[in-house]
Amino acid sequence: MRSNDIILKTTSAIIVFVILAFSVNLFLAGHNAPGGGFIGGLMAAGAFILLYISFGLKTINKILRVNFRYFIGAGLLIAFLTGVGSFVFNQPFLSHTFGYFHLPLLGKTELATAVFFDLGVYLTVIGVTMTIILTIAEDRG
Amino acid sequence: MTNLIFLPILIPLIAGTMFVFFRKRLPLVRAGTQIVTILNLAVTAFVTYYVFENGTLVLQTGGWDAPYGIILVGDALAMSLILTTNIIAVAAAFYAPYSLDKGREEFYFYTFFLILIGGVSGAFLTGDIFNLFVFFEVLLMASYGLITLGGTRQQLRESIKYVLLNLFSSILFVTTVAFLYSVTGTINMAQLSVRIGHVNQTGILTTIGILFFIVFATKGALFPLYFWMPNAYTKPPAVISALFGALLTKVGIYSIIRIFTLIFNGNIDYTHTFFIVLAGFTLIFGVAGALSTNNIKLIIAYNIIPAIGFMIMGVGVFTDLSLSGSIYYLIHDMVIKAALFLLVGAVAIVAGTSDLRKISGLIKEFPFLGWMFFIAGLVLAGLPPFSGFIGKLQLLQGAFENGHYVIAIVALITSLLILISVMRIFILGFWGEGMDLPQNTRSIRPLYFPISFLLIFSIVLGVGAEWFLPYIQQIGVDLTDPSVYIDAVLKE
Repeated sequence: MRSNDIILKTTSAIIVFVILAFSVNLFLAGHNAPGGGFIGGLMAAGAFILLYISFGLKTINKILRVNFRYFIGAGLLIAFLTGVGSFVFNQPFLSHTFGYFHLPLLGKTELATAVFFDLGVYLTVIGVTMTIILTIAEDRG
Repeated sequence: MTNLIFLPILIPLIAGTMFVFFRKRLPLVRAGTQIVTILNLAVTAFVTYYVFENGTLVLQTGGWDAPYGIILVGDALAMSLILTTNIIAVAAAFYAPYSLDKGREEFYFYTFFLILIGGVSGAFLTGDIFNLFVFFEVLLMASYGLITLGGTRQQLRESIKYVLLNLFSSILFVTTVAFLYSVTGTINMAQLSVRIGHVNQTGILTTIGILFFIVFATKGALFPLYFWMPNAYTKPPAVISALFGALLTKVGIYSIIRIFTLIFNGNIDYTHTFFIVLAGFTLIFGVAGALSTNNIKLIIAYNIIPAIGFMIMGVGVFTDLSLSGSIYYLIHDMVIKAALFLLVGAVAIVAGTSDLRKISGLIKEFPFLGWMFFIAGLVLAGLPPFSGFIGKLQLLQGAFENGHYVIAIVALITSLLILISVMRIFILGFWGEGMDLPQNTRSIRPLYFPISFLLIFSIVLGVGAEWFLPYIQQIGVDLTDPSVYIDAVLKE
């Protein structure tokens, strides 16, 4: 008998976007409120896992054609290069700076280079979590 | 300029991460790793030269001042150990392509390897205790990857013990850092030294010190916490054994030397006498293990343990002479253990087995390998022209001058037994009737280059002791006087 999980599929298709939006919110809020790259990355990985659970490995692998291992490498590289950036300006390693900018929609906004480091953490956490879970899921030994 | 001392950590980490993207393109990754390790060796040599000429380099990351931010301290001790680490890394990078199978190499061997090197350099450089923990975890994570790489049954069995024990000691490490932080309110090593100096090392601080000692003794394989080490180190392929044997336990010893010269130096009667007793047992039990087995890899792995006993003995005696002896022996031992593991790996490839009873007469077919092994054995046992001699001489001199006669005699007897255990491999394996050699598809000729590279360095370290000794004695003098380190970091 084929089970019918249309309710699960419909709700998760909506909820995934809510979770992803919340994860981006957490990621950007990290400087002044609880949140940051680690928890944001875990939340995003949670959204992907919900997709995998409700639609199955095959379907989602067809849609999301990414190798999550590259996320780990890319995230680590971004974090390291943020540190290397301070070499260029002859500052101690991992020095960060910030400034105020007027952006079109948001008005006066504080932009800090620490966000790039967090972006590295965000990508690495997504990569690690998804690699662990998908490797175990695909294991047929 | 101070950013220079971050390069030995940064170069391997960035390179290791980049190789994640090209794991199937082995020629590229192999050549890349070799270039990166040579580049890193050159950079480290330059930084070491700079530190010896101009004094300690301190990097305050992010521009935050010393007790508040994370600091990295490149002093003479740390830099000379990092230089040694990178010499071993070059040898391993040239040994790996010719000794590993394709599956292991493709499964991120070079990434793990470079991250291990970066983590070891970080542990040598760091100036606060929590960062020491973090870098310990970086190098341990890489070593978990390396020890299970390939997934043979024996490797998996030993890796479970290895991971469990290291997790236990890491948990104890964090707990101890928490204790220390609640007592002193800081984790910066220089500030810790100042604060503990103010209050005298009272009971609770000595307890915390001993807890730290237990943590590092587990990582460094001291008696009675060495039982996990010999088997775990010999089951992976030779190049991984060499990296483990040369680097991992030595980071634990470095931490003991650093912490018990800089921070916990107020209650020497108690703590350092304890070290001498443990060093004695470590010497005896390690060499007994080395004599008890016929597995050539295990003989070398058991020989790590008495070497650690020698180094801890130097810390226990605690004079500038014995400390410089410990450091000389540490540098010598890192190089010669790597060389011996690589040699034994080559012997095992040639003979097709690592059981000494089945190997004989190899010197007819492989004279160069045999004589390299002979020299390495003499270097390990510490015969006079070679590098093991100078370190041991200083250690014994320090011990005799301070009335520690028992440990000195134990150390002398142990040296003799070490020589016997290594020469057994030479006599039984290389002399005698020729054996039927298995048909090998791969030649071991390319393996000679990295081994002889390490041996040449080892011989130079012994024959050219006149060049190195003044610097290392200066390190010993600096270690007995914590104010040198504190002034460099806190700039008072």
